[in-house]
Amino acid sequence: MDFPSLTIERVRKGLLGREFSARELTAEALRFVEVENPKTNAYLRLAPERALAAAAHVDEQIARGEEIGPLAGVPVAVKDVILTKGVITTCGSKLLERYVPPYDATAVVRLERAGAVVLGKTNCDEFAMGSSNENSAFGPVRNPAAPDRVPGGSSGGSAAAVAQGTAVVALGSDTGGSIRQPASFCGVVGVTPTYGRVSRYGLTAFASSLDHVGPLGRTVRDTARVLGVIAGRDPADSTSADAPVPDYTTELDGQVKGLKLGLPREYLKDLTSESGDLIARGVEVLKKLGCQVREISLPSTDSAVACYYVLATAEASSNLARYDGVRYTFRSASSDTLSDMYRNTRGEGFGAECKRRIMLGTYVLSAGYYDAYYLKAQKVRALIARDFAKSFQQVDAIVAPVSPYPAFKLGEKVNDPLAMYLSDIYTITGDLAGIPCMSVPCGKTAGGLPVGMQILTRHFDETTMFRLADAFENSEAA
Amino acid sequence: MKITEAEVRYVAGLANLKLTDAEVHKFQADLNDILEHMAKLDEIDTSGIEPMAQVLSDAEETATLRADVATPPLTNPLALANAPQPGGGYFKVPKVIER
Repeated sequence: MDFPSLTIERVRKGLLGREFSARELTAEALRFVEVENPKTNAYLRLAPERALAAAAHVDEQIARGEEIGPLAGVPVAVKDVILTKGVITTCGSKLLERYVPPYDATAVVRLERAGAVVLGKTNCDEFAMGSSNENSAFGPVRNPAAPDRVPGGSSGGSAAAVAQGTAVVALGSDTGGSIRQPASFCGVVGVTPTYGRVSRYGLTAFASSLDHVGPLGRTVRDTARVLGVIAGRDPADSTSADAPVPDYTTELDGQVKGLKLGLPREYLKDLTSESGDLIARGVEVLKKLGCQVREISLPSTDSAVACYYVLATAEASSNLARYDGVRYTFRSASSDTLSDMYRNTRGEGFGAECKRRIMLGTYVLSAGYYDAYYLKAQKVRALIARDFAKSFQQVDAIVAPVSPYPAFKLGEKVNDPLAMYLSDIYTITGDLAGIPCMSVPCGKTAGGLPVGMQILTRHFDETTMFRLADAFENSEAA
Repeated sequence: MKITEAEVRYVAGLANLKLTDAEVHKFQADLNDILEHMAKLDEIDTSGIEPMAQVLSDAEETATLRADVATPPLTNPLALANAPQPGGGYFKVPKVIER
């Protein structure tokens, strides 16, 4: 089996044509991971028993002549911040090294109900905090396109696994760009759906007003199919939206002629020249497909990093308060009093980036600073959302870069947290506004590094986003 | 400097984080850089702007609430399964009150 080119459709044809059984495919996929994974460290853990049981169920359905699910037999990777019942879920943290979740995340339940085979759990920055995957307690992930470079973060393991072929599709999570940026760095498709589109039940909370679950894949069609499976109202998550979920794949009809696209001038200033050239070339392709491209302005962009890092760290400082040594596996051995136990457990358990963000978030929420930072940032967030709402009165979609530059070298930015935060500038705005956005591959630099193009659309209009991305992908392939 | 060493130690106390002296100094420098960048927020006129606390705030108030029906919670053994020190159906912690 040629795993790096395998698609959902190909798996389906192979199963229904009795070319291979789901168990055979799964066993072969697990062996492929064993061989390939040491090159990247994308997977932290495999779940062979669970995977083979899911595959056996698909084989039984086929043997009985029953209809199989839309993801039947498809090898899937799940980011290690998304809970899997009975399969250790570490969140990339030493604190949760031995944590065995008592329940499955809704997105995982829906994947498996659709026949998907969860092969294992993928590496990520600790509690999804980072843009390079270097903040994992279990070692960084290497970019499959360039082993001395980062895969991006925080869903670096999921992006690398898909790029490497050790998964057909993967689940990631995105709070400030954690799906799109690694997708861009690794040359795969990454989708952050509308806020509330996919249930976060079982997603370990980082910043609750910004957290999303979304798919990564090698084709737009595959990510559209996965989103169709995992999206929709979930009674277990009161923030999940009660909005109808269309069949996204039937909308991939190439009809983009006349679509009005906006190119935000604020997103083109600080790009490296190679990334800028690739995005400009991508825009020309869209014009040739019949789209009308105009320049637009999103004037609040310049304050987005400041706004995001106030809100996200404030929410994180609250969400991470629960890791106190009482409930979640790790407790410092050297504490005689309750308050020392809290302080020592957290001091010993959290890595540097989590501590930095907890400190920042606690500071901006502390007495005397709340209005100046938190409240102010919430107002700036409203302005950023308003920028998008105004633009979408004129255009159907916005086209932009994902990151100012392609994948950087391991270790290159670890000592400059502000520089790392500033690199999130083009992705955090979509999260702040809660609109759907995705990264689609847009060529490679002369050095062979992938670059992604970002597409953003109105709330709940993933359909237009997928249609445009699919048309772009097809014209790139032609 | 936006933040003093004493403030860093105070905030670490609020956050229940034990930091080494080296960490205190590193975080003071890092937070200072970041807070200086955050001063950008002051340059923006937000008069008359309502703070945005959530994305889907224009949805009907009850649109996302489930029916008010009790569902079974995690069982006691499952809830305690990851506890570093379970005992007698509870989470055990170091002694809080001296006899």
